[in-house]
Amino acid sequence: MSNKMHINLTVNGEAHEFLAEPRELLIYTLRERLNITGPHIGCETSHCGACTVTLNGKSVKACTMFIAQANGADVTTIEGIGSPDNLHVLQKSFREHHGLQCGYCTPGMITRASKLLEENPNPTEEEVRFGMAGNMCRCTGYQNIVKSILAAASEMNAAKEAAE
Amino acid sequence: MIPAPFDYHRPSDLKGVLALLQEHGDEARVIAGGHSLIPMMKLRMAEVPHLIDLQSIDSLKGISIAGTKVTIGALVTQHDIIDHPELGRVAPILKETSLQIADPQVRYMGTVGGNVANGDPGNDMPGLMQCLDATIHLIGPNGTREVAARDYYEAAYMTARDDGEVLTAISFDAPAGGYAYEKQKRKIGDYATAAAAVTIQKAGGKVASASIAMTNLSDTPVWSEAAGAALEGTTCDAAAIKAAVAAMLDDIDPTEDNRGPVAFKRHVAGIILTRAITRAWDRA
Ligand SMILES: Cc1cc2nc3c(=O)[nH]c(=O)nc-3n(C[C@H](O)[C@H](O)[C@H](O)COP(=O)(O)OP(=O)(O)OC[C@H]3O[C@@H](n4cnc5c(N)ncnc54)[C@H](O)[C@@H]3O)c2cc1C
Ligand code: FES
Ligand code: FES
Repeated sequence: MSNKMHINLTVNGEAHEFLAEPRELLIYTLRERLNITGPHIGCETSHCGACTVTLNGKSVKACTMFIAQANGADVTTIEGIGSPDNLHVLQKSFREHHGLQCGYCTPGMITRASKLLEENPNPTEEEVRFGMAGNMCRCTGYQNIVKSILAAASEMNAAKEAAE
Repeated sequence: MIPAPFDYHRPSDLKGVLALLQEHGDEARVIAGGHSLIPMMKLRMAEVPHLIDLQSIDSLKGISIAGTKVTIGALVTQHDIIDHPELGRVAPILKETSLQIADPQVRYMGTVGGNVANGDPGNDMPGLMQCLDATIHLIGPNGTREVAARDYYEAAYMTARDDGEVLTAISFDAPAGGYAYEKQKRKIGDYATAAAAVTIQKAGGKVASASIAMTNLSDTPVWSEAAGAALEGTTCDAAAIKAAVAAMLDDIDPTEDNRGPVAFKRHVAGIILTRAITRAWDRA
């Protein structure tokens, strides 16, 4: 293709530079070009939230953004939120409260939840359900996902108080 | 789900946008949040050889409020509206509507300009803007012009905007009194089966004036002048609400689709409007 563009993208703090067709969807850039396979593809039609990443401070469905639009952006995926030896509070909480079964939705859930707790550090159950409405789960029935997020919120708030 | 190839442009000012629209004619289209356009491009229902991204045009961003006069830049997102306390005080119906659009991720991207310009009968902002008697601001090769939201929609995806024009802002005079945006959807994040935007001003225990618009019940939003008039001078009692619903039902023209048959949509429209009027009156 003649119309490849020069792209700059920062993902989880690391700068990447490459040539890509403008129509490449951000989710494919992450998964297939950069091998960052935490964000999943559930529907590819903007409905399920499995592909959720944080882009310039916003929760975004990476299947609904062209790489050309994301040129210059700063992206955080689940890989930038925690690692196997250093789990984020939300990841620990999902494990503890059985917030996942098959795990397919989990990276999107936790990435969105991390932003939700930034927007609203002390949400009610209803606010968690409303704030997570863009993420679908076919396994858990959501109950334990909500429980995990609420538990993580209290833990994060307690840690903040202890630090003050 | 891979769209056809396109050339991508990200001009830094409106002049650049207008020049690209001139140069490429039918082959060019602007993209704001992309949450209506990208799904259409992925399905190849829209082919856009030249995609012009508005994201760097700062003059299209921002909400300005002077007294009751509100101007919302085309690139203001639904999230921005929800997150704007002053707008929430001056024109709370905007936040109430935005909270019923899609889901958090979509609201971070979806813009007011895109929602209003798109011309999809399922979009929620057009009905709201007709209810508020908002003005749509356009700029094109021949300068700027204004179109009333109530005159803007011609048919599904057909609007008063010419291909070479860009929607820059929407302005309105925020009404005092009661308001409600009520929406019936199959699930959270869905487009409306039926939705109603209502504002009511009260004086001496009676309805002084009322404005009613409906979403996704025709190939355009429907501002029902007769429905609003049916409430005026009444105490918004059950008979008045029934008359308003009957007037509204005369003005809509729903079609059968996966949200249900015509009779069902008319039934839902009546219930939604009844709830919206009741809530707006309670708040008036
Ligand atoms: C899962 C999902 C659920 C949704 N649910 C709802 C819902 O319940 N209610 C609802 O109202 N919407 C809904 N939407 C649509 C969403 O709100 C859209 O983002 C919005 O309608 C369009 O805004 P945009 O900025 O994304 O526009 P884009 O997709 O960028 O553009 C849409 C169209 O408008 C044109 N356009 C955009 N900006 C301008 C401008 N400034 N001047 C001229 N033309 C312009 C574009 O060329 C394009 O033709 C949903 C979307 C998704 C993906
Ligand atoms: S894969 Fe992006 S929303 Fe489902
Ligand atoms: S855990 Fe299986 S989809 Fe959510």
